[in-house]
Amino acid sequence: MKIESQLKNVLAAGRFAVTAECGPPKGADPEAVIKKGRILKGYVDSVNVTDNQTGVVRLSSLAACVLLLQEGLDPVLQMVVRDRNRIALQSDLLGASTLGIRNVLCLSGDHQSFGNQTQAIGVFDLDSIQLIQTVRRMRDEGQIIGGEAVSPPPYLFIGAAANPFADPFFYRVIRLAKKVKAGTEFIQTQCIYNLDRFKEWMSQVRDRGLHEKVYILGGITPLKSAKMAEYIKNQVAGMDIPEPLIRRMKSVPAKGQRKEGIKISIETIQALKEMEGVHGVHIMAIEWEEAVPQVVEQAGLMPRPTV
Amino acid sequence: MITAERKPLDEIIAMILPFKKVLVVGCASCVGECAAGGEKEVGLLGSALRMDARMTTKELETREMTLERQCVYEFIDRLTGLIDQYDAVLSLACGAGVQAVAEVFPNIPILPALNTSFLGQTKEAGLWLENCRGCGDCRLHLFADICPVTRCAKQIFNGPCGGSQDGKCEVNPETPCAWHLIVTRLEDRNQLDLLEEVYAPADWSKKEGAGPRKIVREDQQN
Repeated sequence: MKIESQLKNVLAAGRFAVTAECGPPKGADPEAVIKKGRILKGYVDSVNVTDNQTGVVRLSSLAACVLLLQEGLDPVLQMVVRDRNRIALQSDLLGASTLGIRNVLCLSGDHQSFGNQTQAIGVFDLDSIQLIQTVRRMRDEGQIIGGEAVSPPPYLFIGAAANPFADPFFYRVIRLAKKVKAGTEFIQTQCIYNLDRFKEWMSQVRDRGLHEKVYILGGITPLKSAKMAEYIKNQVAGMDIPEPLIRRMKSVPAKGQRKEGIKISIETIQALKEMEGVHGVHIMAIEWEEAVPQVVEQAGLMPRPTV
Repeated sequence: MITAERKPLDEIIAMILPFKKVLVVGCASCVGECAAGGEKEVGLLGSALRMDARMTTKELETREMTLERQCVYEFIDRLTGLIDQYDAVLSLACGAGVQAVAEVFPNIPILPALNTSFLGQTKEAGLWLENCRGCGDCRLHLFADICPVTRCAKQIFNGPCGGSQDGKCEVNPETPCAWHLIVTRLEDRNQLDLLEEVYAPADWSKKEGAGPRKIVREDQQN
């Protein structure tokens, strides 16, 4: 069984990291997870497994992580605070570590009103920053919330999300600083389409010296179509697609739009590689895992390091 | 105040169906203020019920009265001697009032005419907003007097989440993002240092407790 997080090793070695996202299926189907894992294997350092994203019931993140681990991948366990209180969260952190999972991503989670269980109670016992702090204390101080000892402690590389595109803008970097203060070691950003705003955010990050305290992975989601671009712009809160990008997608015939989407992703990655303080990319090709190897290859990120 | 809304008339009619003599009792405090269960609403409901009874040739006798508070014994006592003449009480109080009356008169059904909603403020005529969850551990002074437990859909103490855009909450674009309000007001008050703080997990035992909570004040007892 793996001892160290591959993601942590790659980042610690100063290499530009590549992770991808894997959404578990809406069913008790191991093959669906394994299939996605096999598409990604060799092209990414770690695979990030979503936790009932958008509030839709799916195969558990923990179970899917174990399946990926068995396939020889390094899974990142996403954990949202929407569905579990601090007892369940801490218990699952111990469970994940025991099963050999070495990365955790601490998130609030999409509100339950967006999913297919709109009558559910939202737990929100902790918030995402408090979850980061909890994992860090468990791991480094061997203490659960309240101070009781936990032995042996869970061994996890700790991540969180940041959204440079949400409002209020001046506060986004303060919130990142809080996440770093709480103990996060890597950050995955919201999908980057507005490079100018991302650059501005990164310069604030550097002003505070945060890029030296936390690894930042830029979020990449290849656009499948001009329609998708418009949908994201108009329907998804906290995402920012500039008008010229939508025009660019529209200017290409429908059957060439996927290719254009990949091209945009590659250009974004190339820009990120040049940006001081960006340590890697996280590719979220939603239900389009086949795009990941193309993007990684064409962005010149192959072969992946063996550290 | 505690806010409430009257149940739909059909539901109330179905509830009182087995009873011929019904005492309709309002509460002039919170639910009076939010125009759900005060004297006026009691009068309107009483008339509506009698009219329905006449239209459906149902036998129904009602009497209307409004107590100052239905959750305090000294006011509930006004029902003594009167309540026995009725088959049921239709209470236009919050859930606390209904239960308090039922505790004093346990053998008479007290029917709830209202759905109790939340602790809130009257923002303007006809608009009430929820702004307190009674968590038992008020920390408003740290959040520019805007409650993240109540007014943030994810009750985040270290917000805002990534879904805040143009000052609105992603859950409901008509709802202002509580954290946007907090950040803006802290900025106006020159208290941005409060934002840098990592706030520890809440002590929900003060809210959830060990079942229903109670307050005991010996200095108030005699």
